[in-house]
Amino acid sequence: MFAVLIDQFWALTIAGLALGFIYVLISLGYTMVYGVLRMINFANSEIFMWGTFGTVITSRDISHYTQVSEPATGFKLAFVLLSSLLMSMLVAGLTAVFVEFVAYRRLRMRGTNRLATLISAIGISIVLSEIMRLLTDSRPVGSPRVLEKTILTEVWGANIRLDTVITIIAAAIIYIILERFVKLSRMGKAIRAVSMNEDAAKLMGVNLNRVITATFLVGGLATGAASFFYITVFEYTKFNIGFTMGLAAFTAAVIGGIGNIRGAFYGGLALGLLEVYASAVLGTQWKAVTVFIILVLVLLFKPNGLFGEAVQTTRA
Amino acid sequence: MKIRNYWNLRDWGAGIWERSGRPARVLIALTTIFLVSLLPFAGASFLATPIAAYDAVLVYPVAVFVLMALGLNIVVGKSGMLDLGYVAFFAIGAYTMAIMGTTTSLNTWEIMPFGIAFAMIAGVILGLPTLRLRGDYLAIVTLGFGEIVRLVLLNSSWSKGPNGIANVPMPPDIGPLKFKLDDQKVFFWVVLIMILLTIWMIRRLSVRRPGRAWEAIRQDEDAAELMGVATLKYKIWSFTLGAAIGGAAGVLYASKNLFIAPEMFTLNVSILILACVVFGGIGNIWGVIVGAVILGYLPDRIRFISDARLLVFGLVLVIVMNFRPDGLLPRKKREKAIVKKGAV
Repeated sequence: MFAVLIDQFWALTIAGLALGFIYVLISLGYTMVYGVLRMINFANSEIFMWGTFGTVITSRDISHYTQVSEPATGFKLAFVLLSSLLMSMLVAGLTAVFVEFVAYRRLRMRGTNRLATLISAIGISIVLSEIMRLLTDSRPVGSPRVLEKTILTEVWGANIRLDTVITIIAAAIIYIILERFVKLSRMGKAIRAVSMNEDAAKLMGVNLNRVITATFLVGGLATGAASFFYITVFEYTKFNIGFTMGLAAFTAAVIGGIGNIRGAFYGGLALGLLEVYASAVLGTQWKAVTVFIILVLVLLFKPNGLFGEAVQTTRA
Repeated sequence: MKIRNYWNLRDWGAGIWERSGRPARVLIALTTIFLVSLLPFAGASFLATPIAAYDAVLVYPVAVFVLMALGLNIVVGKSGMLDLGYVAFFAIGAYTMAIMGTTTSLNTWEIMPFGIAFAMIAGVILGLPTLRLRGDYLAIVTLGFGEIVRLVLLNSSWSKGPNGIANVPMPPDIGPLKFKLDDQKVFFWVVLIMILLTIWMIRRLSVRRPGRAWEAIRQDEDAAELMGVATLKYKIWSFTLGAAIGGAAGVLYASKNLFIAPEMFTLNVSILILACVVFGGIGNIWGVIVGAVILGYLPDRIRFISDARLLVFGLVLVIVMNFRPDGLLPRKKREKAIVKKGAV
């Protein structure tokens, strides 16, 4: 049972890190919105799913890149990769802003109860996934292999592939940029101010609506970047992939302490590794079950996560 | 706020009810029950459904949706907790029926208590760790739970994996009433009785201690706790009661369908039931029934909707919440603000 785990420990670790960085970026979408609104962004999983379609359509239809094309090199490769990364971030960012506008804004302005907002958010996420299901006839959509899965080197018997290395490095860079943005920029300070104390922030002249839109946008951009890396590693997408990824990323956010950006980082990496090790031991069909059990255990024993506020006591 | 009486169907209905004396109320109730139980005979009228058989549609989705929506309404409407994994309890009931029905000699009515019990146990197991947390956590954990139950059924050998379980026995005949696959009138009547029992149970509970506790929890959980309401206990009660009704619906569904497979129990079912509750009016039994009847029936009546039914239901959730958050038949205004006056 554990033989696979021991044999391929380093290979699994690298795969887990790549997956973990994807989770880090998606869970930013959950954690930032939670920080500001004290609400789970239910549609984040579908924002992720739309982002993956942004990537696939850019590389396939806009860049006319197919399975049979010559492997791109140099400038063309960089162009296809960058344009699909930007496109998936753009698609996901705009979807997130749309979600805020349609599902959250009106209810927030009227100050109705949380239940209404939750239901409205789950409704919009169903709408997003159903639109994609009808557009794609429920079929999976493959992505052309833009980045060749070249083996760079071998460390302790584990192949280090180009796509995983790029995913890890680029995702880390994007995470650092976003974290710096929230920490240093004027808008980032406003976001943190609102998440600390909404009323005080308003009194200090922070434009609440703009901050909330910006939060959704930044969360969406991070999620969109994750979509791109997901496609780079897994090379296919479907209308329902958001669910498992969303649940896992949410679990990651909870492990790290939801509402806390640094927590999302550690939580994402921890979950990525745990999930990969667990599926090596138990088999991949139990992956989602493992994640769910981890979520319940964390909520049971450490509901405020590694770095977070105490979710048990803060009620809005 | 402007009062628009013509728009408020609930007050109109409640007015008639409150003005009539006891004999008139019994008469109204019995007439309604009688008329509804005649519904399966109306197959030749404009109600007929183009694709599926009319009496089958009346059982599933319509009547089963009403039953499940009433169950979910205890959780979402009465005590204000969002349960997005309601299908899990339905699945547990259905699989209890399928496994016990094919391996033991017990019949549907004897398995029913087991199905209900297993669903309730699952409700307690899920509720204990999560009901202490805030509503959003419950929502996402139940969402996951619904999917996990399906995955476990899909990947386990005892549930026969993706092949599902066939040859689930039908319920035994009740005297002259025979359960048949091509004529589902009796099934409809059975579900109708279950619906009536559920309505009776909810109406009794809502004016007693649990109902008042749920109402207090829904309005302000902290205040309720300070006033000495054992919030966790009543939340778990509400959750498991909802689960029990879902389980009962599942047992009957498996026995009616004769075959069940994991893909019948996707997240979509939970969302459909939630849409029924929300559309009709969260918390109001009659609203929930109307919502479930409309949303269960229309996709089978109008072909266009059946292709995109989930899209329509998603839109229903967003639009209703944003523009008419109390649904078609909202709960009484005073219930929104204060606990019911007549509660003893």
